[in-house]
Amino acid sequence: MAHGILMHEPNDDVGIAVRDLKTGEEVSAITLEGQPVGAVKMVNDVPLGHKVAMKDIAAGKDVIKYNRVIGIATQAAPRGSHVHTHNLKTKRWKV
Amino acid sequence: MIKPQDLKLLGYRRPDGRFGARNHVVIIPVDDISNAAAEGVARLIKGTMALPHPYGRLQFGEDFDLTFRTLAGIGRNPNVAAAIVICIEPKWAERIVKEIAKTGKPVAGFSIERAGDLKTIEAAARQAKEFVQYATELQREPFTVKQLTMSTKCGESDTTSGLAANPTVGRAFERLADAGATLIFGETTEVTGGEDIIMEKCVTPEIAAQFKAAFDDYQRLIESQGVSLMGSQPTEGNIRGGLTTIEEKALGNIQKAGRCKIVDFLKPAEEPRKPGLSFMDSSSAAAEMVTLCAAAGSIVHYFPTGQGNVIGNPVLPVIKLSANPLTIATMSEHIDVDLSGLLRVEINLDQAADLALQMLERTINGRLTAAEALRHDEFVLTKLYRSA
Repeated sequence: MAHGILMHEPNDDVGIAVRDLKTGEEVSAITLEGQPVGAVKMVNDVPLGHKVAMKDIAAGKDVIKYNRVIGIATQAAPRGSHVHTHNLKTKRWKV
Repeated sequence: MIKPQDLKLLGYRRPDGRFGARNHVVIIPVDDISNAAAEGVARLIKGTMALPHPYGRLQFGEDFDLTFRTLAGIGRNPNVAAAIVICIEPKWAERIVKEIAKTGKPVAGFSIERAGDLKTIEAAARQAKEFVQYATELQREPFTVKQLTMSTKCGESDTTSGLAANPTVGRAFERLADAGATLIFGETTEVTGGEDIIMEKCVTPEIAAQFKAAFDDYQRLIESQGVSLMGSQPTEGNIRGGLTTIEEKALGNIQKAGRCKIVDFLKPAEEPRKPGLSFMDSSSAAAEMVTLCAAAGSIVHYFPTGQGNVIGNPVLPVIKLSANPLTIATMSEHIDVDLSGLLRVEINLDQAADLALQMLERTINGRLTAAEALRHDEFVLTKLYRSA
C-alpha cells in the first residue's frame, strides 16, 4: 500500500494528502514522527496538501488537527473524504 | 546533526560591533517626494541602492514614529555599510541621520528645498561615491552565532507549511536559540486560534500580557470596522493549498517557533534587546513584515512557503524554504531549500533543519538568495492609519 497521508498527531481527525489521492485508493498514513496510523480508503479525490478525514466526523463536531480544534464541521465528513471549506468552518471570525 | 556554533560565518564588522551579511550603500528617501532624487543618485553611482516608498508626509503619532523608526532602522541594519538620507526639508533628514549615526557607520543627509533635485542629486552623488569606495574596501571577518540576529515569517502558506517547512525552521530556531542567536518572529493576527500557545511560550507574565494587549488591540480594530478577516485570513492562496480556517493556519504558523521560549516582546521595527526568540508586533503581509524585520536589525531571514510567495527585501536576504512538490516543480527559481523529502518521508525534521542551517551559512557568507538574484527588492512601510 502506498504512503499518501501525513498526520501531525496520531489522534487527529484529519491528515494531509502528500500527493493527489484518488477515490477508491487504499492509502497508508504516518505521523511526522514516523508512527504508522493505519490506512484509509478514499471516498473522494483529494489533491496534494488537502485534508482527509481519518475518522467519521459528525456535523456540528469540533475538528481536531495538531491535537487542537481547527474549526467546526458544517456537514458530516465520513472517513476517507475530503475536508475543506465545504464541510469545515472557523470558530473565530464571526461575520 | 549540524550545530549552529560550528557554522563558519563571515560578515562585515560594523563600528557598533554588529556583523552584516551584506555590504549595501543605501539611498533612503525620507518621504515620497524625495524618491526621484534618491533614485537619481542610485542611477549615477554604481553599487548604491535607492529605497523608494510612498509615505513620510503628514503622518502623526505612532504612525509617524513607526515610519521614522523603520527608515532609521534600515540605515542602522548591519547589512548596510553606509547610508545617504534625502528629504524635502533638512530637519527630518537630520532626525534619521542622527539615529543611523549612533551606529558609527558613515551617513549623510541632504535636503531638496532651496536647492532643487539636480543640485541635491549632485551633492548626494559625490558623497555616495565616497561611501561606495569605503564600503568596497571592507573585508569579511569571522563572527559567531552569538552575534547573529535573524528573523522568520512565512507566506502563501498551505498545509505543507505547517507540516514540514515551518517545523523545519522551528527545529533550526531551537538550535540557534540554544547557541545564543537573536531571533525575531511575529504576525500578530496570524496566531489567531493559537494565541494561548504564544502566551504559554512567554518567559514572564509581563511579556505574555504585552503580547495579549497587542493581539486584543488588533482584534478590536477588526471589530471596529464591522468586519471579520473571513476572506483575508486564510487567503485565497492558502485555501487553494488546502488550509481551511485561521485556526489551522495559525497552528501551522506557530510551528516556526519550535519549542523556543519567547524572551521579549517588541514593537514593530524595534531592535531586539536580548538573545533568544522575540515576538515582534507585526502584520502578516509578507513585504511589510520582512521590512519590519530588516528595520529591527535582522541580517538574514527564513521564509517558509507552501504555494510559493516570491517576496524579497533590498537589504535583508530572504531564504525561501518549501516542502510542496508542486511549488518546487513549477517555481524552482524562487526556492532556496527544497524540503519536499519530508513529505515523501525520505528525510526527518532534524535532517531538514540541517539543510536549512547549511543554506543559512552559505547565504550569510555571500550566496545570493533566489529573491536577491531575481531582484525582489520589496521595501514596504507599515502604515498604521490615515495621514493628516
